[in-house]
Amino acid sequence: MPYIAKIKVTLRQSILDVQGKAVDHALKNLGYRTVESARIGKYIEVTINEGELAEAERIGNEISRKLLSNPVMENYSLELELIK
Amino acid sequence: MSDITVGVVVFPGSNCDHDTEHAVASFAGFKPVMLWHNDHDLQGAKAIILPGGFSYGDYLRAGSIARFSPIMKEVIEFAGKGFPVLGICNGFQVLLESGLLEGALSRNRDKKFLCCQTTIRAVNGSTIFTSLYPEDEVLRIPIAHGEGNYFAPDDVIESLEEHDQIVFKYTDAEGRVTDEANPNGSLKNIAGIVNRQGNVLGLMPHPERASEKQLGSLDGRGLFESLFLHLAEV
Repeated sequence: MPYIAKIKVTLRQSILDVQGKAVDHALKNLGYRTVESARIGKYIEVTINEGELAEAERIGNEISRKLLSNPVMENYSLELELIK
Repeated sequence: MSDITVGVVVFPGSNCDHDTEHAVASFAGFKPVMLWHNDHDLQGAKAIILPGGFSYGDYLRAGSIARFSPIMKEVIEFAGKGFPVLGICNGFQVLLESGLLEGALSRNRDKKFLCCQTTIRAVNGSTIFTSLYPEDEVLRIPIAHGEGNYFAPDDVIESLEEHDQIVFKYTDAEGRVTDEANPNGSLKNIAGIVNRQGNVLGLMPHPERASEKQLGSLDGRGLFESLFLHLAEV
């Protein structure tokens, strides 16, 4: 049975997130005084036709490093879910 | 003597490919050849230019998908053999994604897509791309990008400085490297860098858009001229 790899890509803290900043300003303009900050990332779902969890995890990590994120300025997190 | 061939790579979404072709063709003795991203043949090119545009719609990250185009395998090998590779704007982004150059380009500091004239200086005039530029000469060359904010970790910046790999910097009209003259937030006002071997250059400004009198500036011609002078000599 295949797995769904749920990958979140976020900008490293040291990188200025201009989109997040714009959203943060908009939220404050809407009157949400307790909003502290906002950061924007990407959420990617990849279906991997692989029955072994370990192998699906290996592929998920490899594609995250190789293509889905740029390690110079981004971090990623990976979660795997078995599709029943 | 037959013309020297210069390859211009065309990705889906490239939009400065023909401007670049036009600029190359304006030099006697040099012939541009367009190289489709899906091909593997560099058609005898002696130098490769990755042009500006929005390869693959800039999906995921600018340059990230183009980096895996079939032709890039050949371009990376070509660069590895020491042949000149020039990346302009989106081409610079592709070079960074492919690992031929170090660092990354993130969104412009002020959130805006910038399409305007800038002033830059070739702070390293000893590369094969800048040999005809005096280091104190202020060049008027336009930019057009949303993601041109150069970033690299401290150790990479130190290494770039140590090995004289920072080639172009944004300056004011007098040639001073100031915060006000930095259009996009790039670290150290970096507008262009070269690899350690000196044969791969990436820059955000568009020299091909400053290569003809009618375009308002001829200052970009020196880059092509320097490169072609080098090609004619080897």
